[in-house]
Amino acid sequence: MTAKPGLPGWIYLPAALGAAFIVAPIAAMVTRVQWSHFWSLITSESSVAALLLSLRTSGIATLACVVVGVPLALVLARSRSRWVDIGRAAVLLPLVLPPVVAGIALLYTFGRRGLLGGSFEALGIQIAFSTTAVVLAQTFVAMPFLVISLEGALRTTGARYEAVAATLGASPTTVLRQVTLPTMLPAIASGAVLAFARALGEFGATITFAGSLQGVTRTLPLEIYLQRETDPDAAIALSLVLVVVAVAVIGLGRERMRSA
Amino acid sequence: MSLDAHLVVAERGLNVRFDLSDASTLALVGPNGAGKSTVLETLAGLVPADRGYAHLRGRTLFDTSTGTSLAPHQRGVAMLAQDALLFPRMSALDNVAFAGRANGLDKRKAYDRARRWLEGLEAADIADRRPGQLSGGQAQRVAIARALAAEPSLLLLDEPLAALDQPVAAEIRRTLGRLLAGRSAILVTHNILDAALLADHIAVMDAGRIVEEGATQDILQRPRTRFAAQLCGLNLVSGVAVIPDSIIGADGVMVVGLPQVPLTSGAQAVASFAPASVSVYREAPLGSPRNMFTGVVGAIVPQSNLVRIHVGPISADITPGSLANLRLETGDPVFLTVKAAEVSLYPA
Repeated sequence: MTAKPGLPGWIYLPAALGAAFIVAPIAAMVTRVQWSHFWSLITSESSVAALLLSLRTSGIATLACVVVGVPLALVLARSRSRWVDIGRAAVLLPLVLPPVVAGIALLYTFGRRGLLGGSFEALGIQIAFSTTAVVLAQTFVAMPFLVISLEGALRTTGARYEAVAATLGASPTTVLRQVTLPTMLPAIASGAVLAFARALGEFGATITFAGSLQGVTRTLPLEIYLQRETDPDAAIALSLVLVVVAVAVIGLGRERMRSA
Repeated sequence: MSLDAHLVVAERGLNVRFDLSDASTLALVGPNGAGKSTVLETLAGLVPADRGYAHLRGRTLFDTSTGTSLAPHQRGVAMLAQDALLFPRMSALDNVAFAGRANGLDKRKAYDRARRWLEGLEAADIADRRPGQLSGGQAQRVAIARALAAEPSLLLLDEPLAALDQPVAAEIRRTLGRLLAGRSAILVTHNILDAALLADHIAVMDAGRIVEEGATQDILQRPRTRFAAQLCGLNLVSGVAVIPDSIIGADGVMVVGLPQVPLTSGAQAVASFAPASVSVYREAPLGSPRNMFTGVVGAIVPQSNLVRIHVGPISADITPGSLANLRLETGDPVFLTVKAAEVSLYPA
């Protein structure tokens, strides 16, 4: 590839430094993988349990993000109310909040003595320190990724197709189902991919709000953190698995976006 | 009466009142920002009116005095824009069938109707294509079929031909002319051909108001505002009538011509004349021409086989030969004359 006109040659030095800063640690980790034990390390009972739990909870969290995040993005992008700006700021909060703070916030909402926890308790449902808590924590931190990327796409596309559909006699529900959602499908897919990746890597909010119970709340990032103390080789092997899954997710997302 | 409307949108400075008789087409013309598109958007329900009402064939689209307002999809008002805006993930046929489905037809009837409309627009052969595979003209044909398949009581056309190449626009203009017969429509345009060939009435808008309106023929033959005159390529001088056969303009210049109707002394009147009837001289011409103006050449613009010289508010069309002979350049002082027999005078 040739340089874009006007781009000075020296800019490639800091650019290369930036790329190296991201690639080098991954490479360093890969060099430490004990390939001879790799398979047995990642197929140990606790590893498999953690991986399956991670995939399951991240999948459900992503679904939850789509179910409520798509309507939220639509409202933020299309509503003319002044409250929308406040709403958007609130939705962005989990992006900048330390995950451990998010965990504490969730604990004081759904925990035993939390705002809503008492009501759930009365129904015989305990949320904190359950698999449900893992999903809630992941949904909380991942939703902004979907909402922000989808809202941006909605704003770029504009409401002109919707306006035409409405003047043709289509009710708002028909317009949403047949015009808006099909047009937005690639953006929803890439937003969901982002949300899934964020949910998969979630650590701080999960350990605070859901704890670390094998097979119940101990997701892959938690398992890696714990193994690091006792069995560094296993931690490295599992980290590599997480890297591979992340790369696959990004690749899938790019493919979806390109095919759109 | 098909449509009776009074639209006030304070934010955009719009305040117009007009009506539209059954099965007729009204062209809205005027400079950019005059509020033409806002009229359409307000009627379609896409922009809320602050005050006013619109009654379409006995139905109230909105009336701020009673607080009623139909949602856009309940109005029976289809909009066609400069861009075809075909739904990108549907075929041409699906796009047209969407209109029928949206109006409660079952799938078979909607698709039957869609095929008929595509045939009517000579677009049956592209029914299965996606919007991305259509040329601008083809896409606009599909968009017209889609708008008509909704069987609207009122069709709103916002510069529907502006994005197309000349020959394509001419073809679709002919098709539109055929389809608009017997329908009520409002057409926003900058193109004199659209107005002349498609509209029964013309309303000239400026700064959110209607400043001139009338039957297409009257407006085009006897424009009363500078914009309408420009649209028909005529020079316009407005002033006060002096009987029997002249007006005095705001700057004191007198124009003599042929009154189209008897003038009333002291009443507002206008004089219009074609740029081709204006002669240009470097020296004051001999004899005593009845209409002579002086000025400085502002711009020299080629116009097909003639050259248009702008001198203040007046334009003159001369041949390239005369231009070479006169050796005119921007900034040169010139004398302009017009024969009185070439000037039409009529009340403003």
